[in-house]
Amino acid sequence: MHIAEGFLPPAHAVAWGVASAPFVVHGARSLIREVREHPESTLLLGASGAFTFVLSALKLPSVTGSCSHPTGTGLGAILFRPPVMAVLGTITLLFQALLLAHGGLTTLGANVFSMAVVGPWAGYGVYRLLRRYDVPLMVAVFFGAFVADLSTYCVTSVQLALAFPDPGSGFLGALGKFGSIFAVTQIPLAVSEGLLTVLVMRMLVQSSKGELTRLGVLVTSAAGRKTAKSSDSAEAVAR
Amino acid sequence: MSRNAKINTLLLVLVAALAVLPLAFGLGDHKEEPFTGADAEAETAITEIDPDYEPWFSPLYEPPSGEIESALFALQAAVGAGVLTYYFGLRRGRRQGEARALARLRAEADADAGDEAASERRRV
Repeated sequence: MHIAEGFLPPAHAVAWGVASAPFVVHGARSLIREVREHPESTLLLGASGAFTFVLSALKLPSVTGSCSHPTGTGLGAILFRPPVMAVLGTITLLFQALLLAHGGLTTLGANVFSMAVVGPWAGYGVYRLLRRYDVPLMVAVFFGAFVADLSTYCVTSVQLALAFPDPGSGFLGALGKFGSIFAVTQIPLAVSEGLLTVLVMRMLVQSSKGELTRLGVLVTSAAGRKTAKSSDSAEAVAR
Repeated sequence: MSRNAKINTLLLVLVAALAVLPLAFGLGDHKEEPFTGADAEAETAITEIDPDYEPWFSPLYEPPSGEIESALFALQAAVGAGVLTYYFGLRRGRRQGEARALARLRAEADADAGDEAASERRRV
């Protein structure tokens, strides 16, 4: 999903940068607030960032005969809500842009928007929706991570199709072209990411029950579930 | 192996299978260069759609060779994996420490109770 350095026309590069900036700023604020109010969650925050670091370095072969990598943003979005992942994803993308010539500074805005904004929000949305209908935790986690991964690559395809519409078939033709490169390749990788996220979540359930309960991922009883739900709707109203 | 460990192993085997199957079935054979990065393929697609497009900015730093690049990718994965295993190791150690401290407290309490009972008997 890394659009290479210089491969978006300047107007597009600036537009995606402007679109991403507020999410990253807001994310940095919520990250600081989380660390200040709950210093004990710093470790788990680090672990979530580390998960993104590992997964986005893993280039895996796919059914299309090309290679791509997962994003690892679903886990952190489920644990700490998506704004925090806007920051952690940006850090990962910056590392790759500066040291690996993978992605780039001019395309950072676009890459942040797909991997660190849309991916986490889409994955988190699916996770919450499934949880609301009492889908088991691990199933919801799987689909949350799957969607976070796949939606990232769909956004990249849209970004490239917007910048480079096909001279004959226009935006949709280009979307089909980039989609077949990115989105189709990504389907089995998104499954892998879902499975790995479930694995880490299972280990977290074993090792960090208290933390997961505080974050609202685990609910201890039926009563707990009810209060969690009502506070959710209160949150939704507040938003 | 506990049921839990079995499920975790199964998850890892599935991920490994998903990565190995495309290679085993030669799904890249129809390509001139099998299993290139999707990112690079997108660059090719861009130059196909718009042959005149010139990237207007180049990376500030580019790893001088494929070896250096793979070293940096390995570094990225190693840092991530290191932090993750530190987290789980720390948690596990803490839990074991807590369990041990609890067991010791309980043993001491039992011993105290035993001592008291003994001195009581002596007094009688």
